Amino acid sequence: MKWNGRCIISESNNTLLSIRSLTIAYQHGNEWLEAVRDFSLDIGHGETVGLVGESGSGKSTVALAIMRYLGQGGRVVAGEVWLNGRNLLALSPTQMRHIWGRQLSMVPQDPLSSLNPSIRVGEQLAEALRHHMGMGQTTAAQRAVELLEMVRVPDPERVARSYPHQISGGMQQRVMIAMALGTEPQMLVLDEPTTNLDVTTQAAVLDLFRELIQRQNTAVLYVTHNLGVVARICNRVTVLYAGEQVEDAPTADLFRQPLHPYSQGLLDSVPQLGQHKSQASLQGISGHIPALGERPSGCVFAPRCTLAVDECYEKRPSWESLPNGRFVRCHRWAEIASGDISTRHPAQASTPPKPQPQSQPPLLTLDNVQVHFGLGRSLADTLARKPPAKVRAVDGISLTMQQGETIGLVGESGSGKTTLARAIIGLEPRTNGQMTFCQIPLPPTLSERTLETLRHLQYVFQNPEEALNPYLTIGETLRRPFITLLGYNRQQADTAVRHLLQQVKLPPHYADRLPHQLSGGEKQRIAIARAFATNPDLLIADEAVSALDVSVQAAILNLLAELQTERQNALLFISHDLAVVGYLADRIAVMYVGKLMELTETAVLLEPPYHPYTEALLSAVPITNPEVSQEHIRLEGDVPSQTNVPSGCPFHPRCPRYLGDICANQTPPWQTTRQGKQIFCHIPVDELQQIQKPVLREHHASEAHNG
Amino acid sequence: MTTEISQETILSRTSWLKRLTNGLRILYASPATAVGTTIFILFVLMALFGPMLAPYGFNEQIYTDARQPPSPTHWFGTDNLGRDVFSRVVLGARDILRLSGLGTILAVISGTTFGLVSGYWGGLFDEILMRIFDSLLAMPALLLALLLLGTLGPSENSVLVVILIVYTPIVARVVRSVVLSVKTRAFVEAARLQGESLGRILFREILPSVLPALTVEAALRFSYAIFLVASLGFLGVGVQPPNPNWGLMVSEARQNVSQLPWALYFPAGAIAVVVIGVNLMADGLKRILQAGD
Repeated sequence: MKWNGRCIISESNNTLLSIRSLTIAYQHGNEWLEAVRDFSLDIGHGETVGLVGESGSGKSTVALAIMRYLGQGGRVVAGEVWLNGRNLLALSPTQMRHIWGRQLSMVPQDPLSSLNPSIRVGEQLAEALRHHMGMGQTTAAQRAVELLEMVRVPDPERVARSYPHQISGGMQQRVMIAMALGTEPQMLVLDEPTTNLDVTTQAAVLDLFRELIQRQNTAVLYVTHNLGVVARICNRVTVLYAGEQVEDAPTADLFRQPLHPYSQGLLDSVPQLGQHKSQASLQGISGHIPALGERPSGCVFAPRCTLAVDECYEKRPSWESLPNGRFVRCHRWAEIASGDISTRHPAQASTPPKPQPQSQPPLLTLDNVQVHFGLGRSLADTLARKPPAKVRAVDGISLTMQQGETIGLVGESGSGKTTLARAIIGLEPRTNGQMTFCQIPLPPTLSERTLETLRHLQYVFQNPEEALNPYLTIGETLRRPFITLLGYNRQQADTAVRHLLQQVKLPPHYADRLPHQLSGGEKQRIAIARAFATNPDLLIADEAVSALDVSVQAAILNLLAELQTERQNALLFISHDLAVVGYLADRIAVMYVGKLMELTETAVLLEPPYHPYTEALLSAVPITNPEVSQEHIRLEGDVPSQTNVPSGCPFHPRCPRYLGDICANQTPPWQTTRQGKQIFCHIPVDELQQIQKPVLREHHASEAHNG
Repeated sequence: MTTEISQETILSRTSWLKRLTNGLRILYASPATAVGTTIFILFVLMALFGPMLAPYGFNEQIYTDARQPPSPTHWFGTDNLGRDVFSRVVLGARDILRLSGLGTILAVISGTTFGLVSGYWGGLFDEILMRIFDSLLAMPALLLALLLLGTLGPSENSVLVVILIVYTPIVARVVRSVVLSVKTRAFVEAARLQGESLGRILFREILPSVLPALTVEAALRFSYAIFLVASLGFLGVGVQPPNPNWGLMVSEARQNVSQLPWALYFPAGAIAVVVIGVNLMADGLKRILQAGD
C-alpha cells in the first residue's frame, strides 16, 4: 500500500478519528469503480472538520464508510478508520453496535426518511437512550423531553407526543440532532443536515450545533456542499473532488488563500452578498464533474482546470504537506501560493440592460393579486358547516415591472413566490386581482391567452430533469416554439435551433441527443434556450439554479445575464438565495407568507433601514468572506402555514422588533425610506434607521467584496 | 409539414428498431422470457404458415382413420369424426391469434384514447367515465362477455366487440394512472406554455411516457384475450363450428374424453402453452421497460 503525505500513524493524544488512505468502490455491473481514492483525515477532540464537495464527489460515501453504513453495492477496498485506537473497519457488526451511539453517531440529510413514521417522536428518542445508555423506561422518557428542550424545540412535551409528520422539517431535524447528541457521542458525522432547511432555520440549527458541540466537546465531521455553512461552523475544511482529496486547510486560510484551482473555482462560483452582475461576471468552473467510470488518470481536475499543463494529464499529483498544517494535491500549488498564476482573471463587467425609467409605460403590473386554494373538507366539517380551509398562497401582491428590468423575488419555502410566478405565467389561475402585460389585461388562465402573449412571456422551470421531455430529442424540443409560436417552417426552425444552441454554448450536434445524455447544467441550458427561443419580453426563472451544483450554477447565472444583455428582456428571477438574487437583480422583492415585505433597489439592499424580516434574512445567509462579520439575529419558530396566516403583519409572531398589539391587529402601511426602499412595517423608518446596524460589516477596508 | 412527418417517422422507426433488437437481446438473456418469446414466435409462425404445415384440411374427414391415437401419420391422433387433430390445432392458431390480437389492438387503442383524455382533462368527464368503467370492471369478464354475446349474437365481430368492451376499461385505467403522474411534470407544462395543441400534448408529449406501461399491459391483455376467445369457443358462443377453435375443440372432445383423450389434451395444451408463453414474455417486457427508464 502506498502512503501519501502524513502517512505515519502518529496517534497524538488529541486525535480521535483517524482515516488512513481510505479507498471505496461501488459495484457497477460486473466491475468495481473507485468512488473515493486514498482519503486521509485526522479529527481531534472537539474539532469540527468540514468535508466539502459537489454532488458526485464522494463526500457522503466517506461519511457512510466511517459509519460502516455502506450497503451491498459499496465496499472499502483499502485503508483504515481508527476511532479511539480501534480500526472500525475490522470490527464485527456486534462490536460496531457498541460503537454506534456512545462513540459514533450520525445525523442524516433527510430527517423524515430516518424517523419512523408510526412511532411517536419521544418514544423514538427514548428508545435510543434505553438501547445505548441503558436507561430505564421513565428516565429515558424524561431525558427525551430534556433533549428536545436542549435543541430548543418549543413545547417539548407536545412534540414528544407527536408523530414525525405532525412537526415541521426544522423540528424533525432538531429531533434527529437530539437523538444523535442524546447518547453523548465522542464523534458525530453530519451529512448535509441543514440542506433541506430554510436559511433562517438553518442559521438557528447551525448555532445550536456550535453550542452543543462546544458544550460536549464533540468531534464533528460536517459533510456539505455549502461553503458558507462551512465558514460558519468548521475549524478545518477538506475539499473533495471526484473522489480525490484536493485540499485540506484551516477554514480561514482556505477562504483567504485557496491553493488548489478547484477550491478557488468553488469559492468564486458563489456570488457574495452584495456582488452584482454589473461589477463582474462570476468565475465558475467550465464543464462538469466526471462520471464514476470516466475519471481521468492524471489529476482528476485537469480537464476542467484553466491552469493545467501536460504534467497534470499524465501524472497524479501527490498529497503535499505544507508547513502551516495545510495539504494540497496539485502540481502547481507553489506557483499558485506565490501568486504567479491564478485561476482568477481580471473582472469583466457585463452591461446588463438598463431598466426603462418609471415614467415609461410598465411592462407588467400586478394589482392586489391573490391566489387561494380551497382544501377539501372532512365530512364532520361539512356537517358542522365549517367553511373549507383556504390556503392563501399569494395574498395581495402589487408590483410594477419595467421593460428590461430584472426583479429578484426572494422568500423562504411557503412564501408563495412560486405560486405568484405560476399565476403570472398562467399555470395557476389567480383568485383575485388584476394583471396587465404590455398594458393589455392578462387573463388568468393559459387557454384564454393569445399565442402572442405566450410568445412574449416565457418561463424557466426549477428542475431541469423535469422540464425536458425524456422521449424527445433536444432538437425536437427546441424546434417547437419556433413552429408553434413564430410560425417557422421546419427548415427555418432547424437553422434557428442551431443558432440557439450556439448562444447557450452547446455544440450543434446536441440537437440529436436525448435529455438523459446531458448533464444537469446542460439540461438547464436547453431549458433556458427554449424560453429564449421566441425572444420574450419577460422571462420568469423560478429557482432556475437551485438544483445545480455551485460550479455549474455560476455558469448558468452568467448565461442568463449574458442573454439578457443581448436580448434586453425583463427578468423575474425567483430564488430562496439572497446572494444569487442580489447578483442578478436590479430590484429585490422580499416575500413572506404570500405578502411582500420589502421592495428595494439592489444597490441599497445592504444599507439600513431594513424590514425586520429582511434584516433577519441577511443575517442568516451563510457568507464565505472571512473579512466580513455578520450581525447575529435569529428568528424563533418556523414560517407559518399558509392555511393559518397570522393577522395584521404576517411576520409579527417571529419578529424580533415586535411593537405590540398594533403589529398583531393592523395591516402595516407601506413606508418609503430615503434611499427609495419600500418597507411594509409599522415601525417608522426613522426609528428603524436608528435601531438597526448594517448587517454585514467588513473588518478591513481593503478586500472589498461588498459594493 | 410533410417533410416533418417523414423525418420524424424515420427517426422514431430507427430508434424503435434499435429498441426492438435490444429488447429481443435482453428478452433472451433470461431463460424464462426466452422460452416465452420463443413460444410466442412459434405460435405466430404457426398462424401465418398453418396451411403449409398442416397435412390435412381442418374439416377433412378421413373415415378410415377415425378415433386413432397419436401415431406417425396422425401426430396428435384423430377425433371421432376422423379429423386430424394436429391439423386442426395448427390451423386453429390463426383464428384464435387473429381474433385475440385484433381485439387487443382495438381495446388498446380505445383504452389509450380514453385514458389519455380522461386523465388529462380530469373533472366531471373523468369522474363519469371512470364510474362507467368501474361498473364494467365490477362484472367478471366472462360473465360480461356472455351477456354481450347474448345481445349481439355469436359471430367473429361480436367476439371482437366483446374483447374491446371488456378490456378497454382495464387499459384505460393503466394509461390514466400514468397520465395523472406525467401531466403535472414540468415538460408538459412547458409544452402548454409553448402553445402546443391538445392533440400534440396528449400524443407527442404524454404518450411516449405511457408506452412502457402500455406495452406490458397490451401483452398481458393479449394473453388474457386468447384465453377469453378460447373460453367463449368452449361455451359455444364464440367461433361457431366447424371452424377449428381450440376452445370449441376442447368442448367437442369433452364427451369422449375417456376414449379419445388426445382430442382434448392437445388443443387444451395449445391454449395453456400460448397463454403461458405470452405471459412470460409480458413479464420480461415489464422488466426491460422498467429498467430502461
